[in-house]
Amino acid sequence: MTGMQLIFLIAAAVVVSSAFMSVTSRRMIHAALWFVLALLGVAVIYALLEVSFFAVVQVLVYVGAIAILIIFATMLTRRALEDHGKQFNRATLMTLVIVSVIFAGLVFSLRSWPQLQSMTAPLSADQLDVGVLGLALTAPDGFALPFEVTSILLLAALIGSIYVAYERKEKKK
Amino acid sequence: MNFIYDPVPWVINWLTQLLLSWGLSENFVTTLLYLIGAVLICLGAMLFTTMLIWAERKIGGRFQDRLGPNRVGPWGIFQSIADMLKIFTKEYINPVGIDKIPFNLAPVLAVAAVLAVWAVIPFSQTVFGSNINVGILYIIAIGGLGEMAIILAGFGSNNKYALLGAFRAVAQLISYEVPMVIVLLIPVMFSGSMGLNEIVQAQTIPFIVYAPVACIIFFICSIAENGRAPFDLLEADSELVAGYNIEYSGLKFGMFFVADFLHAFTSAIVFTTIFLGGWQGPGVEQIPVLGGAYMLIKTLLVYFLMLAIRFTVPRFRIDQMMALNWKILTPLALVTVVVTALVDKAIPHEMTVIRIGALLVVNLIIWLLADRMITIYRKRNPVQVVTGKLRPLARPEFLSVAEKETAQ
Repeated sequence: MTGMQLIFLIAAAVVVSSAFMSVTSRRMIHAALWFVLALLGVAVIYALLEVSFFAVVQVLVYVGAIAILIIFATMLTRRALEDHGKQFNRATLMTLVIVSVIFAGLVFSLRSWPQLQSMTAPLSADQLDVGVLGLALTAPDGFALPFEVTSILLLAALIGSIYVAYERKEKKK
Repeated sequence: MNFIYDPVPWVINWLTQLLLSWGLSENFVTTLLYLIGAVLICLGAMLFTTMLIWAERKIGGRFQDRLGPNRVGPWGIFQSIADMLKIFTKEYINPVGIDKIPFNLAPVLAVAAVLAVWAVIPFSQTVFGSNINVGILYIIAIGGLGEMAIILAGFGSNNKYALLGAFRAVAQLISYEVPMVIVLLIPVMFSGSMGLNEIVQAQTIPFIVYAPVACIIFFICSIAENGRAPFDLLEADSELVAGYNIEYSGLKFGMFFVADFLHAFTSAIVFTTIFLGGWQGPGVEQIPVLGGAYMLIKTLLVYFLMLAIRFTVPRFRIDQMMALNWKILTPLALVTVVVTALVDKAIPHEMTVIRIGALLVVNLIIWLLADRMITIYRKRNPVQVVTGKLRPLARPEFLSVAEKETAQ
């Protein structure tokens, strides 16, 4: 086993276990913090794949912005930060069965996928360049249209949230 | 490769040869050298911080017409070392009801988030930790980890002042990240790369000449990111007591303290790297070790400027601070980026003098317009002076006639 594989296994174990903890822990803030750990683990896996851009953006966007937003939201809105209710309901067993079947099916079908057997090859130097990504996002024959559509979607979400949060002034009669 | 001209690569090369001759595998040697380098940089930075604390207190003393530390050693130079030893011996207090893991993780994360920035800084042409191609993004992302440390401290302390302090601190840090990130697009545009090495190499003429407005915005934002005066609202005695680190004692508080001072110095380094040309200077091509000296001198100058601002300017109120960020710096940064991009694209890069001149003129126009708009805004919305009831002192001219007579 090489060092890379060892780091990958540790990162993967951290991601899976902290994702599990984040849905099972009773305190909301703990759930959010476990979620942050899971996101950091994903960033480590990106770094192992030599896509430093994605690794950094993962930390920047998810840990630096979204996780902090989630923590702020939970701290400011929930009066009791702890859940005392039952964590399982009647559908738990059924869900577990369905999820295991789907997981087994996925594993089974992926076993026959040839890409899974091949080893990862290091990227060539021109593929590591961030500029290539930027050009692909803005070139007309690249992903310019999806990129612009996404930005319009985000803008719509922004305006919508301002509209929802906007406090209308009562008209004086 | 000469030891005197370029010592660090010489030592690395010598150590590699030595370890390889012992029959160790090449991968192992590389990993080991990276580890040694990381430990040395962290250790150096932490020890350097004790000197920084002394220097800051001494310079601050001079600015405020005091002596500063002057008892331990000549000029009080061992004061921080004495403080450090004292802080080692202090008791670890774990308040009741704290959340153990976040509470203890926060000080470590606070220091780690600052030290991690040093991994990508090019100290000279040949001495740098890692030359990743997204260096600038990395620095900003690591700042996000620092915010995480503050949230962990505020939440884990189980103290409402700590929690409120953490909220305020994170609100300030996130807000000031916005104009900072926007403005950082300008050096990326000029150098065509996000790697810090390429950015420094592109600065045969430092970017402060091309983009002074961006430079000033970045400087203000990095002071605000440090949470130092005039932006030192993270610690407000009358509102939040000591802010997010109120429950910490001993070495755990010391970690926050070190993180604070180290962050200030690190942002001076980052500013030097991005806008002042890092290790660039006369003669660095022949003697790379000169680059390290240039870098140090420039960084110390920027740091001194930060100290001068810290010790002379009074603090903002929280609403003034937010207004400065959202109403002035952010729009200014957006306009600067768009205008700089257009002007820079219009002029071919071979005509260096014309390019610099045009960019300077554009920057000056932006600056004057912004100044004009703020003045007009201030005239229309004058600052309301909040005062209490006028209470004249017991001076003779304020006394009524009857009182004067009785006094005589």
